[in-house]
Amino acid sequence: MKKNNKIKIKLNGKSSTIDKNISLKKYINTIKIPIKKVAIELNHQIVDKNRLNKIKLKNKDTIEIVHFIGGG
Amino acid sequence: MKKDQLIIANKKFSSRLIVGTGKYKTMSECAKAIKYSGAEIVTVAVRRVNISDKKKPLLMDYIDPKKITYLPNTAGCFTSEEALRTLRLAREIGGWKLVKLEVLGDKKTLFPDMVETLKSTEVLTKEGFKVMVYCTDDPLMAKKLEDVGASAIMPLAAPIGSGLGIQNKTNIKIIRKQTKLPLIIDAGLGQASDATIAMELGCDGVLVNTAIAKAKDPFQMALAFKNSVIAGRQSYVSGRIAKSLFGQPSSPEEGII
Repeated sequence: MKKNNKIKIKLNGKSSTIDKNISLKKYINTIKIPIKKVAIELNHQIVDKNRLNKIKLKNKDTIEIVHFIGGG
Repeated sequence: MKKDQLIIANKKFSSRLIVGTGKYKTMSECAKAIKYSGAEIVTVAVRRVNISDKKKPLLMDYIDPKKITYLPNTAGCFTSEEALRTLRLAREIGGWKLVKLEVLGDKKTLFPDMVETLKSTEVLTKEGFKVMVYCTDDPLMAKKLEDVGASAIMPLAAPIGSGLGIQNKTNIKIIRKQTKLPLIIDAGLGQASDATIAMELGCDGVLVNTAIAKAKDPFQMALAFKNSVIAGRQSYVSGRIAKSLFGQPSSPEEGII
């Protein structure tokens, strides 16, 4: 039964099992990503960073979090 | 002397040297080289956050985006779709609208795919982006980019990272004659004098990454590029003398003993 409280998601190409009913905002805070310095995609759609707490993660969600790095 | 500024999409810059932030050994080396170069615009890439190693230093901690204009690029994108996705994400990080579009067509030469580039420029411009476009030195393509709303034309001097310098001065001159848009040489410069030549051809600026980052002394080279861009610009606006096949004495011939 314990399994039902968990969902599987993919973050930046890597699978991970997390708690059910968690908001995207809470999840990003948990993994300690500075929201101001990144952009977030959920299932190939850009997420408005002001709405992060309104989005509940679902099983098989794919999240991409990107930032700026050195480049030419 | 009138203040001579580089104006891109209504934004004014005193420096005509744009530098890339890739290929440096460390972030602090990169930040120091930028200081020496005097650049006010730097290109940056959009990549996945490293989830497993969050202690990795962040670019924004070394280069303050409030002081230096970040120019997000689409390096590594080979289709219009990838480039659009990258720049939409870049805008989302913090409202960046001034972007550098680069859609590559060939892994070996890193030449841009101009069909995809043209398509992407049109879409991005309609979405409100100010697009500085990396392109071939083909005057016809440059004109088409201008027609679909590019904010700056950025022809290559030679393949990215090759250090070969400007290979086709004639085409660059033709593009200069036909456009009032900012014309910036992007890619392929190897040494400071290459930048001077670009500026003397009438370009509005140059973009340099590898030639500085991979020089034995990147700080000195950054300074050399800064000076060479200034020298080239001053030389261009001063109006050079006409070329002559024969000698013209510099001292008066009258009164020779």
